[in-house]
Amino acid sequence: MYDASKIVAGLAVFAVLATSPLWFNALSNASPAAPALQLPTNGSTECVEATDYMRTSHMALLNRWRDEVVRDDIRTYTSELSGKSYTMSLTGTCLDCHSDKEKFCDACHTYSAVDPYCWDCHVIPEEAK
Amino acid sequence: MKSSRRRFLKFVGLSAAGVVGSTGVTRTVRAVSEHEPPASQGKRWAMVIDLRKFSKDDALIDKIISACNTAHNIPDFSDDPKNEVKWIWTEDFETAFHSQEFHFIREDLKDKPTLLLCNHCDNPPCTRVCPTEATWKRESDGVVMMDWHRCIGCRYCVVACPYGSRSFNWKNPRTASNLANPPSTYPTRMRGVVEKCTFCDERLARGQQPACVEACSNDEMVFGDLNDPGSKVRQILAEHLAIRRKPELGTQPEIYYIVEDPRTLQEVAPAVEVFEEEGGHA
Repeated sequence: MYDASKIVAGLAVFAVLATSPLWFNALSNASPAAPALQLPTNGSTECVEATDYMRTSHMALLNRWRDEVVRDDIRTYTSELSGKSYTMSLTGTCLDCHSDKEKFCDACHTYSAVDPYCWDCHVIPEEAK
Repeated sequence: MKSSRRRFLKFVGLSAAGVVGSTGVTRTVRAVSEHEPPASQGKRWAMVIDLRKFSKDDALIDKIISACNTAHNIPDFSDDPKNEVKWIWTEDFETAFHSQEFHFIREDLKDKPTLLLCNHCDNPPCTRVCPTEATWKRESDGVVMMDWHRCIGCRYCVVACPYGSRSFNWKNPRTASNLANPPSTYPTRMRGVVEKCTFCDERLARGQQPACVEACSNDEMVFGDLNDPGSKVRQILAEHLAIRRKPELGTQPEIYYIVEDPRTLQEVAPAVEVFEEEGGHA
């Protein structure tokens, strides 16, 4: 191989540069701690479903709520966890307990760099008159 | 060889013409049979607007319109008609019913403010053209619904609606001054989405009347189930002559307007009254 030393050196530099984000994160302690979510302040202790399920699949549940309310005119949800009935409403039911959107929804969404468009339309209770 | 190709092409041409022709015929037949009165199953929401009870510069009209605007967070872009979003609004009577060709119309009727809203047609042209089923006719009660999550803003429905009942959000509604703090918790729409009256489906679900009807005090607008012979709308329609906008299009609009005093109608058709009275005396 001609110019082996130059090629190997070049490859080494490329490898370091290409993996630099990983090195940077590993060495710099740049990743912040997992966000602390504000728990309901109205004394409510259980969500419509189990916490683990809500943590991983609240978006699927919200999509289901959206479809059932808008398309099928079904307005009540029966919890598989407790059997209780809830009105399927983002502004009315979810934010009734999780009243501070910034300390609940946004805390995680900002951390994980997702940008749901719920609030383009849906009203945050405190911003309504 | 030549003659057989010729025959083949003739055959293909005739078959194609036959197929096109037969679908054309079935289409026409279907279009006619679809203009039927409402099916008897389920509810069929409809509204009667009694124009006799409205006068020019009526404060009630503003009250009704603002009740709707407040309940549904409708952006106020009235400074530029292009951006305007309206669910319920007024036109002069003659304009609203121009296809009825009321010639030499009574002066007070001519420019009478007439409340207009989505007609929730039985045969809505808007839902047919929607490529995403973001608007559809609810089978259970006949409301022409909107799913703002699903609307892609193609505006086919705006073009299809013969009543101008649909508005497009050219601007982000949240930039309207009246929505800086939305007056209700009803979701606003977003830029690039079509919106219109939904007969207050969110209130119907709670067993309430639409916001505009609730703003009335004297049955100026009456809302009810056409499929229920005992409902108030059916009673009113049985006792009065009501007109609808552009019935000739076959869309079967479900907003009825009462224009005249019933006494005038009795003068037009006295025979029925006389017959009933005689029967009563006997």
